[in-house]
Amino acid sequence: MSIITVRNLTKRFGNFTALNGIDLDVKQGEVFGFIGPNGAGKSTAIRILLGILKATGGEAKIFGKDVWHDAVEIHRRIAYVPGDVNLWPNLTGGEVIDLLVRLRGASHRSRREEFIERFDLDPTKKCATYSKGNRQKVALIAAFASDAELYILDEPTSGLDPLMERVFQECIAEVKAQGKTVFLSSHILSEVERLCDRVSIIRQGKIIETGSLQELRHLTRTNVVVQTARSIPSLAEMEGVHDLQETERGLSFQVDAEQLGDVIAYISQYDIISLECAPPTLEDLFLHHYEEAGGAESC
Amino acid sequence: MLKELFHATGQLVRFILRRDRVRIPIWIVAIVLTTLTVAVALPGLYPTEQERQILAETMRNPAITSMLGPAYGIDNYTIGAMMAHEMLLFSALTVGIMSILLVTRHTRQDEESGRDEMIRSLPVGRLAHITAALLVVSLVNVILGALVGFSLYGLGIESMDLHGSLLYGAVLAVSGIFFAALTALAAQLAETSRGTLGLAFGALIVAYLVRAVGDVSSEPLALLSPLGLVLRTQVYVNNTWWPVVVTLIAGFVVGAFALYLNSSRDLGAGLIPARPGRKFASKFLLSPVGLVLRLQRTAIISWAIGMFVLAASYGSVFGDIESFFSNSELMQLLLPMTEGHALTEQFLTVVMAVLSMLSAIPAVLTVLRLKAEENANRIEPLLARAVSRPSLAGSYLVTAVMAAVVMQLLTALGFWSLTATVMDEPFSFSLILRAALVYIPAIWVMVGVAALLIGCKPRHASFAWFYLGYSFFVIYFGGLLRIPEWLKILTPFGNVPQLPVEEIHWLSLVVLTLAAAILMAFGLRGYRQRDVYG
Repeated sequence: MSIITVRNLTKRFGNFTALNGIDLDVKQGEVFGFIGPNGAGKSTAIRILLGILKATGGEAKIFGKDVWHDAVEIHRRIAYVPGDVNLWPNLTGGEVIDLLVRLRGASHRSRREEFIERFDLDPTKKCATYSKGNRQKVALIAAFASDAELYILDEPTSGLDPLMERVFQECIAEVKAQGKTVFLSSHILSEVERLCDRVSIIRQGKIIETGSLQELRHLTRTNVVVQTARSIPSLAEMEGVHDLQETERGLSFQVDAEQLGDVIAYISQYDIISLECAPPTLEDLFLHHYEEAGGAESC
Repeated sequence: MLKELFHATGQLVRFILRRDRVRIPIWIVAIVLTTLTVAVALPGLYPTEQERQILAETMRNPAITSMLGPAYGIDNYTIGAMMAHEMLLFSALTVGIMSILLVTRHTRQDEESGRDEMIRSLPVGRLAHITAALLVVSLVNVILGALVGFSLYGLGIESMDLHGSLLYGAVLAVSGIFFAALTALAAQLAETSRGTLGLAFGALIVAYLVRAVGDVSSEPLALLSPLGLVLRTQVYVNNTWWPVVVTLIAGFVVGAFALYLNSSRDLGAGLIPARPGRKFASKFLLSPVGLVLRLQRTAIISWAIGMFVLAASYGSVFGDIESFFSNSELMQLLLPMTEGHALTEQFLTVVMAVLSMLSAIPAVLTVLRLKAEENANRIEPLLARAVSRPSLAGSYLVTAVMAAVVMQLLTALGFWSLTATVMDEPFSFSLILRAALVYIPAIWVMVGVAALLIGCKPRHASFAWFYLGYSFFVIYFGGLLRIPEWLKILTPFGNVPQLPVEEIHWLSLVVLTLAAAILMAFGLRGYRQRDVYG
């Protein structure tokens, strides 16, 4: 069942097209990664999903309801964490958490306490005195302490220390185990790689790739480092081999997914001493797309 | 759908009250106490009917009308009529300022900082936050009006009956509600809270000016201004209620329009779009002073234009005043007669004092920007560079000191441009220029006070506004309320020689300038030694 359905969504600000006909499908119970460089349109898309911005064209639905018209209805069942949390300076963190949880509906005091403890937050301090990381924790606690079916997170871990990032990842895993859905926008690729079942890559207002990491990996190259007893002739000329370099650990190169079998068969004739094959990381994937689409122009 | 738009408004109302649990009571108490203090003092100041009649005669003159609104009930000038005539306009202005500040705080300021986005991601109606802000500020105004009304009646002053007192309170309440609604509208047009404040205060000043010019020369014009309209209630004399009703309806219409615009625009966007800026910083920007000038550019230019228009509007009534004075014999309480000077010259001194205190606002604003920048964590990145604290703070001071000069020059120019055309025997430009420039040291003292506060008591920096408000009250109402001389000496503006009625007194100008320099020096010293928070 689809939790989020987006069809041909377009958003223009004056002459500037922020989103140019994007499609998204997020299914129940999955953790969906939404990745892309700065200014690609991630936050714009999320704000449209939240009914805060009005789409210029196309349709966006959450739980089968229109995100603009049924915003209140939808918001009862979702939790949102922005990437840049700004809080009311003269209220304490505890007060803000209560407010945010309360406005969503039911309040769960025990869960509030649990998450405050897990995220190690002092709720009695005024928000004006919180660091960026602590403000982020307030928003995260408010989100996890409420009973949501869908979590929309916009770069939620910015400013968190590695320990807290780990707590966050545990929270996501728990939420997922409960069959809930997570829509995670991020550019921390290791995080997305660890957490997400499927990802969409957005660039300049367009979705350029969607699929599970497994699927996407087929689109890119495998990193290979090999040491052989005898030197391998004319490897660089083989189809599908790129970036051939001599390193201390041996020959390092990349192979297109389709040619991987042929290349391995070829090099195995030269007495392999050691062979490392690493699947492409999300980072490679991302850079791959980024370069292909002409990354230079946005540098 | 309609119900959905306002979902959770009640909870947000409670939230806003929680946020402003200190701020709102302070406003209410301050306004109620000021009103009561004046009301209690008046019978003692003008105990006999004869004295009140003398004052009533002076009230007929257009100079007073331009400052306080049209006189009424002159034939039997009771304490009640006096109270309403002298205080109602300024109380309404103060309530307007309160409403503008409160509404901006809960609309555009929350939106600008991204806090509204978090609220809107909750099951909260699209219009709930702005509606809650308007409800709270309206409620504050109603409570304020009721308190003022009942407590004025409670003083037991003969001519201040329950009906009139409640109308007095109602006028304040509807003025506040109207400006609250207008601010909500401004918050839809501008993209920032500074822009919202600029638009709303601009509207307030225009309302005051239209009223001043209208009261003197054109009744229909005066009715166009909400401030002019509410003075037609003639509180304590005729007790007319329709202006209150009209203002309230106007407030609702403006508020509804603001809600409509709010529902049809994107969060974060304004209807006046932001234009793209320069690709590279100009050479001019690349120094602390350049940065301050660039940050304050819009504010200073708008204030300069505002001061010019304000001074010109005051100038425009001088023709009427001239002909009135030449026809009138019985004078002068507000403007004590001095031998050998035309009464227009005496009114010139009052106008210059008032305009100079308004000129102080942009100067003080410039200094307080240093604190605003610190609150927004934008000082830290500057001090992390090779910029010393005194040079950074000094840049703000230099800008403020220069702003004071610019404001007074434009005041003089604006005032001269209209008095020269409407008066039979116009003032010379050099006379006006001197009368304006003589106030510059006093404005510098205000700048110094703000600097000292930022250096030594940064949490209480806004106290500078109280001091300016105090100065305004003492100078504006000094004559009418017979405020003792020592209270005037406490403000720099009370120590300025009133050209051309008084001789120029160099010593007091030198003392004021020195005082300003010392205050600024201590301010800089404090700023160098204290913790900077961001």
